[in-house]
Amino acid sequence: MGSVASEKANQLAKHNPKTRKIEQMAQNMANTAPVKGRSLWQDAYHRFFQNKAAVISVIALTAIVLFSFIGPYFAVWSNEEIDWARLGKATEMGAPSLENGHYFGIDNLGRDLYSRVIQGTQVSLMVGLIGAGIAVFVGTFYGAAAGYFGGRIDSFMMRLVDILMSIPFMFILILMLVVFGRSLYMLFIGIGLLAWLDMARIVRGQTLTIKNKEYVEAAIATGVPSLTIIRRHIVPNLMGVVAVYATLLVPGMILTESFISFLGLGVQEPNTSWGALISEGAGTINYGTTWQLFVPLFFFVVTLFSFFFIGDGLRDALDPKDR
Amino acid sequence: MSKGETLLEVSGVKVDFNIKPDGAMPWTKPLKLHAVNDVSFDLKRGETLGIVGESGCGKSTLARAIISLVPTSGGSIVWLGDELVGLSKSEMRPHRKEIQMIFQDPLASLDPRMNIGEIIAEPLKTHFPRTPKKEIVERVKEMMSKVGLLPNLVNRYPHEFSGGQCQRIGIARALILNPKLIICDEPVSALDVSIQAQVINLLKELQNELGLSLIFIAHDLSVVKHVSDRIMVLYLGNAMEISSSAELYSHPRHPYTNLLISAVPIPDPEIELNREISLIEGELPSPLSPPSGCVFRTRCPKAQAICAAEKPEMKSETKDHMVACHFPD
Amino acid sequence: MSLLEVRDLDVTFSTNDGTVRAVNKISFDLEAGETLAIVGESGSGKSQAVFAIMGLLADNGSTSGSVLFHGEELTHLNDTQLNKIRANDMAMIFQDPMTSLNPYMRVRDQMSEVLQLHKGMSKSEAYNACVSMLEAVKLPDATSVINRFPHECSGGMRQRIMIAMSLLCQPKLLIADEPTTALDVTVQAQIMALLRRVQDDFGTAIILITHDLGVVAGSCEKTLVMYGGRILEYATTKEIFAAPSHPYTRGLLSAVPRLDTETDELVTIPGNPPNMMELPAGCPFAPRCEFAKDICHAEMPELVAHGDHEGLRACHLSLEELS
Repeated sequence: MGSVASEKANQLAKHNPKTRKIEQMAQNMANTAPVKGRSLWQDAYHRFFQNKAAVISVIALTAIVLFSFIGPYFAVWSNEEIDWARLGKATEMGAPSLENGHYFGIDNLGRDLYSRVIQGTQVSLMVGLIGAGIAVFVGTFYGAAAGYFGGRIDSFMMRLVDILMSIPFMFILILMLVVFGRSLYMLFIGIGLLAWLDMARIVRGQTLTIKNKEYVEAAIATGVPSLTIIRRHIVPNLMGVVAVYATLLVPGMILTESFISFLGLGVQEPNTSWGALISEGAGTINYGTTWQLFVPLFFFVVTLFSFFFIGDGLRDALDPKDR
Repeated sequence: MSKGETLLEVSGVKVDFNIKPDGAMPWTKPLKLHAVNDVSFDLKRGETLGIVGESGCGKSTLARAIISLVPTSGGSIVWLGDELVGLSKSEMRPHRKEIQMIFQDPLASLDPRMNIGEIIAEPLKTHFPRTPKKEIVERVKEMMSKVGLLPNLVNRYPHEFSGGQCQRIGIARALILNPKLIICDEPVSALDVSIQAQVINLLKELQNELGLSLIFIAHDLSVVKHVSDRIMVLYLGNAMEISSSAELYSHPRHPYTNLLISAVPIPDPEIELNREISLIEGELPSPLSPPSGCVFRTRCPKAQAICAAEKPEMKSETKDHMVACHFPD
Repeated sequence: MSLLEVRDLDVTFSTNDGTVRAVNKISFDLEAGETLAIVGESGSGKSQAVFAIMGLLADNGSTSGSVLFHGEELTHLNDTQLNKIRANDMAMIFQDPMTSLNPYMRVRDQMSEVLQLHKGMSKSEAYNACVSMLEAVKLPDATSVINRFPHECSGGMRQRIMIAMSLLCQPKLLIADEPTTALDVTVQAQIMALLRRVQDDFGTAIILITHDLGVVAGSCEKTLVMYGGRILEYATTKEIFAAPSHPYTRGLLSAVPRLDTETDELVTIPGNPPNMMELPAGCPFAPRCEFAKDICHAEMPELVAHGDHEGLRACHLSLEELS
């Protein structure tokens, strides 16, 4: 907490005719450089980086993201090329090896698992981030508006969410993929459309508490327009909850995509994702090609755990109890 | 404008809240809670009106009704000749710069994500969006030194200040638009004893300097008496007595005022130990089903049949001392 | 032998941001049937001191020094032994009775639980004891109130119930932590009158923690003024009010407006309450004291008797220097 000198000077600035002089001194000091403040975000930032699990998770996640971008430059094989020499002989000749360029081995069709994991990582992370992004954007504003305006608007908006929630989500998603064809975009739309519902509910609940805070009342009393209040006072104070929930949402999105891909309805060949890779690997586990399962599984598990630990770390760092 | 001119005229203001009883169906008619019932007063320029009453008496609701934070369900509020009741949000906007408010919980009334400069400048930016940035900074610093804060703390955040300093920030925010009236809703009750006096003195000083009018709401009678020129006593949403501050304490005419004053302890053992304290009997009736006639009659030592039958009117025998009681002292 | 003897009690809390010395070497005695007021502002350590006496400190708090209750050292006892003493001989009531009453239990069940557990009473015996205790605290309509849930009672009723509950086992010591702060003046007057009567009827010693000097004046024999974790003055209430000997006590007394006299301008104590993380080396009040000398900033004065006065004070300055 700031410099002791300024604190002391501030304590002296009492309102008493006797000390008017000191006050004038204070005014002169006003021309000195302003003291830097420490916002709640900065506080949270410091607390977050004291959490070891969260920091390790951030490093792990960064490494995985970097790998998915830099990895392709080291690849010998592309993700669709079939290594004819090793096709059908995955068990004997397909194991991970540095010599033949198949760093992670090959899959059942003789394709390079290294390139396929990179490509799967990109797809899975994208699904997770885009899904969570839509949820954050739509959910925050929808929930904040419903909570802030309250009354009938709130009832209507939230009943709509309830109705959407009561529809079996997985069923709709599968139906969409079957009817409109399997494509990555359809997957994004499907997951994004449904992911914001929970977020909207959480945000609305939070908004209801923030709305009754005196600083919002103060803003209304000054005549700040409603939309400005939402943007300036409500949303920034929601960001803590939203950030925590969003980090926990990403793994959820990845899991959903994996499940869809596991069913064979997700991304289309030759593209792949973690879910699809794990599904293929699991299918051939009996033939001794364990790497086909464990390599994608490793990436999948590390990412999920990282997100969970980061979410936990964020929640502790932003904990309102410490404010 | 001269001193003594009437700024605000509140007459017959009512505020009702709709309360759904437990387990009610969505279509059942909600119960009406009369939070403020037929309250009238006026406020002159440079004057301080104190509003006292126990929790649940409607004093905060009344304040919020004046600046239309809660809707009124009857009566009129005239501000400098303009009727405020029934104005739309945009019609209300110009009046908002002239009436500002200070809140009870100093920290909660400041947005934790904004720094002090942004908080104090918000009213200015709202009403004069075209003010150049440099001028805003100037004004903010001016306000900060006016309320006894070092202007170089402008970039700090609310959680870095103590309660008393936060209340000063709240006052600076209220002052930046040069308002004519500041409504203070329990401005010192959340502060430490040694800080209370600082804030009270600051408010009084600013009032003298800027010719402000204050509506000072508090449950602490000693503080209200110290600050106010006139005092209104509320009970269960109804005004019981309005009088000049000295008169109210020396000659309270309403039995409730009397009991209220008697309940305040005097910080002097010699007096306190020998003082006769008359305790108020019974519990506060539910505001959902207030007693008929005079709302205080269920706990009043002087209640008689007429008190249940007829609501006493607010009337005055001497000028400036009005009381709503069938049997005033 | 005194009922309670506190010697050199220290309370420290270890937090993320460092160690907080909430209470610093305080000592006092309490005779049976006596009333002691502990007066102080927020952060003065007044509540933490009694929490330490009761063994109710939060997990990160630690105590040193000695607390003798009836000649028995409390600081060395384990929870089971403490519980026994807390149930039978000491009781505490809090500022907000709602937080110390279980919202899901009827008043009847909460009250009789103690009696059945510690006194081995039968259910009907306990019930009768509870009703008569509620009548003793002048709760109107006790037989109907006893069947209610806490939230169905008003604040004043809840505080009466708490007092009745704490008196059930006829404790020798009752600690009241800001018992009337959350209540209206009229209710406050009722509760204070009740506490005085309780003391007469049951001979209970009371420690009243408060920031309100008015409350102290009417009901306590001795007063202890705390600031920044230290005792600054300890004397009979009459002496404290008639001839306060510490600049802080004087400031406190002149900073409150009084109902019975006219004051033009309140005398203020400049500055802000101390930051408990960075207490000054000397007297904690020195930074705000208008009489402070160099020694005040460097060294904490001892709590000693002065002149022919009964009371104790901790101040480097003589009484003459203060006037």
